[in-house]
Formats: sequence, structure tokens, C-alpha cells
Amino acid sequence: MAVLLSGGVLVSFAKTKNSCLDCHSNLPEPLGVSAEIYSQNVHAQKGLNCTDCHGGDAESDDPEKAMSRSLGWKGKIERRQIPELCASCHADAERMKKYNPGLRVDQFQQYKTSVHGIKWARGDSKVAVCTDCHGVHDLRSPSDPRSTVHPANIATTCSHCHADAEYMKTYGIKTNQFANYQQSVHREAMAVRGDLSAPTCTTCHGNHGATPPGVANVTNVCSNCHLFQAQLFGKSPHKDAFATMGLLGCVTCHSNHAIKHPTDDMIGTSRNAVCIQCHSDGDAGFKQAQKMNEDLVTLANAIEASDRLLGQAERQGMEVSRAKLQEAGARDALLKARVTVHAFNERELKEDTDAGVAVTQQTYTAGEKALHEWKFRRVGLGLSLVMIVVTLVGLRLYIRNLEDQENKQI
Amino acid sequence: MGRLVTGVRAWIDERFDLAGIKALAQKKRVPVHRYSYWYFLGGMTLFLFGLQVLTGALLLLYYRPGADEAFESVQFIMTQVQFGWLVRSVHSWSANLLIFMAFAHLFSVLFLKAYRKPRELTWVSGILLLFLMLGFGFSGYLLPWNTLSYFATKVGTEIPAQIPIVGRPILLFLRGGEEVTGSTLTRFYGLHVAIFPALATLLIGLHLALIQWFGMSVPPSVEARWRARPQEKKGVRFFPNFVLRELMAWYVALGLLGALAALFPWSLGVKADPFAAAPAGIKPEWYFLFMFQTLKLIPAKALGMDGEMLGILAFGVIGFAALLLPFLEREKPFNSQRWILALACLFLGYMAVMTVYGWATR
Repeated sequence: MAVLLSGGVLVSFAKTKNSCLDCHSNLPEPLGVSAEIYSQNVHAQKGLNCTDCHGGDAESDDPEKAMSRSLGWKGKIERRQIPELCASCHADAERMKKYNPGLRVDQFQQYKTSVHGIKWARGDSKVAVCTDCHGVHDLRSPSDPRSTVHPANIATTCSHCHADAEYMKTYGIKTNQFANYQQSVHREAMAVRGDLSAPTCTTCHGNHGATPPGVANVTNVCSNCHLFQAQLFGKSPHKDAFATMGLLGCVTCHSNHAIKHPTDDMIGTSRNAVCIQCHSDGDAGFKQAQKMNEDLVTLANAIEASDRLLGQAERQGMEVSRAKLQEAGARDALLKARVTVHAFNERELKEDTDAGVAVTQQTYTAGEKALHEWKFRRVGLGLSLVMIVVTLVGLRLYIRNLEDQENKQI
Repeated sequence: MGRLVTGVRAWIDERFDLAGIKALAQKKRVPVHRYSYWYFLGGMTLFLFGLQVLTGALLLLYYRPGADEAFESVQFIMTQVQFGWLVRSVHSWSANLLIFMAFAHLFSVLFLKAYRKPRELTWVSGILLLFLMLGFGFSGYLLPWNTLSYFATKVGTEIPAQIPIVGRPILLFLRGGEEVTGSTLTRFYGLHVAIFPALATLLIGLHLALIQWFGMSVPPSVEARWRARPQEKKGVRFFPNFVLRELMAWYVALGLLGALAALFPWSLGVKADPFAAAPAGIKPEWYFLFMFQTLKLIPAKALGMDGEMLGILAFGVIGFAALLLPFLEREKPFNSQRWILALACLFLGYMAVMTVYGWATR
């Protein structure tokens, strides 16, 4: 009885026989399914098999029986049917609890609100469906670095359509987003520094409910990470001005996809500055921008000069760790100033930069003192060595004199 | 001024027989032969030890033992205290020079056979002093509480733990617990400034008393030549001739130390973080490097024993043999003198090669 029960449990829990794969692993594309790749499929790892999507009987080696319509065999699933097929499990909270209680079950609901979902509902079969992003037989968990929806791979997945100018022709949207994103500081954080929390397409646009943020929404998206900048911008004169002119906050200066490393030159009146897009010579904003750039550059230069001097002292063997630690305060002040910039208020900015400059004055003085001490030590060493040599010569002469006298006495 | 000096001298002489001490000092003679220069090494070692005591006492004025304060107090000494950098750098450089000089003195005594009868106990006290100097070096190395010293101590205290039965109690005793913590620091501080100096005072006193009692040893070859030709025997007065020459050597050492301290000040490092990973390629100071490198090279299992334990045992046996060296010399049933000489040369070569090898490898 116990054997039968345990056998029954085993049979229901682990469907080991898979006649579908036995055949299809030996077939060429497009019917072929690699057994190795299938074994990495998250559904297969959870105990599901081909019949859970395609129907049929995976226990039978007889193709007639295995692919019997009477046993629910659906064959190739049409694109249009895919979202609802996936939702038949993934929107069922009771069913999903058995496999992953933490997994959300509102993906299909969200999808229906997205641009992809809305167009899908209207009969567009070109838009992305579940398998376009997640894969089919090679569907892996998002935490798997090989998954098409792993944070490091999302942009590439989106670009399969959104960077294909021919494919996207009918939609009237640009296809340079991926190329721009590749140059961005966010991509660098993800791909170079390995920071998986760095923004990718879905961070700003959403994943299942993907839709571009609108004018009112874009600062909300950026402010999820860049909170202080967003708060300062919200209190700045630019907020209302941008809204009136229909300009996107954040994006107007920093771009949306091609977000480069911000530099101090972005603020000011030089050729690279963003301020001159709106402000011209003579207006109050132009003057503010000029002063703000000067404040930032003054502090950055002061830090560089102090760092150079302390570095020289350190290489010469002087102990300057305390000054170097103090210098971190100046760097923090510069970092803070680069955030305060978003208030577009020169007086506020100057408070931050002046605090940093005060610190660099102390560290620079410490560096000068260290170099002066270094020179003093060398002079001191030289004088001491001279005295030692004089003493040695004196001793030698005294000893010789002493022993000459002793010899004379003998 | 001259009358004042004469007056003070007479006052002391009346109470302490200064003239008698002077006569005794002038009576003592130092043999002069081709190997006489080696006699300076002992005095040099003593001078460097005295310098350690002096600089150590000055450091004591500002140093604070404790995991929260030690590093900062050394930083204070190096940056805020006038000439603190000099005292600390001299103390660190002099420690290394002292151990080098102690080894040089040991090998010179060994090769010149100054350990032979009747100077056996002088040798024994000298070996114990060498071990003590190594103990000073090991305990003092932790006191700045920087990354290097923390992890070097962690690795160094793990080695005796390999000894069967007593290994773990030794580890717990050294560390004051399972890990290297503030308890280890205060323990090492106590050893470094109190217990070891007390032992050193006794041993140095004994060592010098024995040297005074037996006089300076003459190598057997020189002794034999002087026995055959007594007219060739030469010597100088210990005081003032030899002392003045010794003083010259001490001045040279002082100049060298000053130059090292000024040109290559001892670095402060980064404060120890027990939670950080050990820096890659952490090594002990050069005087332990040959042992450390040997233990690294011994396979995990050797001669049916744990490799590391075998290495520790081997060094233990060598240390014990070194201590009892004068008593191991025999003429019957076989002349062990040549064996001792050969093994000493081999060991010196081994130490030098393994030290360089350990320094050169990551």
C-alpha cells in the first residue's frame, strides 16, 4: 500500500517520461528542441513538461497518441494565443502558489494596460508577447544571467524589435534608443561595473505594463533613484518654466536614453553647456549659469591642487593620512554641490562650494607643511651626519694619540 | 668647573671606590688578532637594545594600547608630536637592525667557537636572548594595530596552534581568546613593555657578567698560534681603547639609523579591520620569513605526519639543538666539530636563501 502511494506521488510529482522531447530533440529547426536547453527551462525544472502548453500525451511513444487532438494536443501555439495561454497559469494565484508564492500574478493585467497589450487587443500580431521577451523552450528564471529578461540582458531583448528600423516602420517611433542607451552612464553602471540595480528599459518604462513616461511622469521616474535632484528641481524656477514650455524635466538637459556622465561644463555658458539652449548673453539665467560654473570649477581645481600636493608629500614618505581623510570632506562638498545645482540658485550652490574650498585650504596647508617638514628633516639629517662624521674623526684622532703615547711609554 | 668635577669625583670615590672600578676596567684587556672586528657585534647589539629601550620609553609617553586607540596614538606620534616621527622610525628600524645584529653576533660566536668551555652558559644565555629579541619583534609588530600587523599576528599565532596537545592552549594564551582582538593587543603590549624587558634585563646582566668573568674568547687557531709563539700575543685595554672604538661603531650605527628614519620613515599603514579579508601575499617580517617560507613549501603530508607540524617540530629541534650546542661538541666517539660547522654553514645559507625567496615571492 505504501509502495503504491509513494509510487503514485512520484508519478504525479515528477513527469520523467517525455516522448515529445525524445523525438523533437532529434529534429532539425524549426521543430527541433535541444534537450540540454530544455533542461535549463524554468518550467521543466519545476516539473512541467511540453503537454502543459502544447497538450497531448508525453507518456506515449506513438506519435498518433502523443499528438492526439482528442488528448488536447494544440501543436504550434499562435502568437495571438500566447498571452492568454501563459496567463492561464500565471494569472492563477492558487496555482502559482505551489511553484513560487512570491511571484506576482498580475502580469497579464499589466500587459493589457501596456502599449504592447493595447495593440495586441486590437489585433496587432507584431507587438511583443510573452515569449518574445522571456523565450520559449529556453525560458529561464530572470535571476539566471543567461535569461533574456535578466537585468543585464533586458536592453538587448527590447532592441530585437525597437532597434529594427524595418520592423518598427509602421509604428512611427525612433529606433535609436538602444544605440543611445549603449552610450549612457546607466549602461556603463550595468555592463562595466556590474551594478544590476542600474536602470534599464523596464526600470523607466515598466516591464509587463510597458509604456513610455509622459511629460508629467518623466521626473517621477528619474526621482525614484535621483530623489534629491528631483526635489531641488521641483522647487526651482525651471519646474514651472519647463511645464509651460512643454519641456520634459531631467530629459531636456540629460537626455533620456543617451544619458552621459554629467560634467561641470554642462552648467555654464561654454559651448558644451546646456543652459545656453535657452539662456542668452545678458539675461539673469545666463549670469547665474556663469557664476555657478565658476563656483564648481573653483572647488574642483582646489581639490585637484590639494590632492596633487598631498600625493607628492605621501610619495616622499610623509604621513598625510589625516589630511587625505579630511580631503574626502571637500570631495563630498563637491558631490553635494553637483546635486544642489538642480536648485538653479547660485547663492545656495556657493554655500556648498565655499564649505569645500575651506576644507581644501586646510588640506593644502597640511600638504605644504608636510613638504616643509620633509625639507627640514633632510637638512637635519645632513647636519647630524656632519656632526657624527666630525665626532668619528675626533674619536679616531684621540684613539691614535692615546695609543701613540702608550707605545712611547712601552 | 674643573674643581667642581674633581670635587664630585672625590665624593663618589669616597663612597663607591671609583678608583677601584677604574683600575678593574683598565686591567681588562681585549685580544687583538685578525678576527677581532667580530668582537664589536656584541656591543653593537647591546647599543641597539639600549636605543630600543630609550626610544621605547619615549613612545610609551604617547602610545595607548587598545584596539580603538592604538593606531590613532601612533598616528598622533607620527604627525603631531615633535620628533615623534623620528623616535618611532628609529625604534622600528633599530628593531630590525637589532635582530640582524643578534643573528650576526650569534653566527660570529659560533664560527669563532667562542661557545666552547668554559663559556657554555654565556652561549646559552645568548641564545635565550636571541629568542627574546624575536619575541620583542613579534609582540611589538602588533602594537601599531594596522592591517599588516594584525594579519601577520593572526597568521603567526596560528602556527604554534599546530603543535599537538599544547598547541591550542598556546594559541589561546597568545591571543587572549580565539581571535586576534584588543585582548591580544593589550597582552602583547604587556609582554613587550614589561615582561620581556624584565627578562631581558636579567639575561643581559647574566650575559655581561659571564663575559666579564671569563674574558674575551680567542679562536682556537689564534690560541694555538699564541701558545706556540707567545711574543705574537697582542691586546688592547678594554677601557678606554676598545670602548672608544666601540663608540665609533655606535656612532656609525646612529648615523645609519638617522638616515634610514629620515629617508625611509616607517609607514603608518591602514588601521586594522578584523572583518576585512587578509591582504594577498601577507608575510611576516624578514626575520621570520625563512621559517614561514619553509612551512609554505612543505607538502600537506610528509613522513606520515601533518606537513606544517613537521616543519614546526623541525624548527623546534633546531632551536633546542642551538641552545645545547656547547654540550653537543664531542671528540669521541666521533669529532662533531666539523659536523657542527658544516651544519651551521648550511643553516646560515638556508636562512639567507629562504629569506630572499620569501621576500621575492607573492
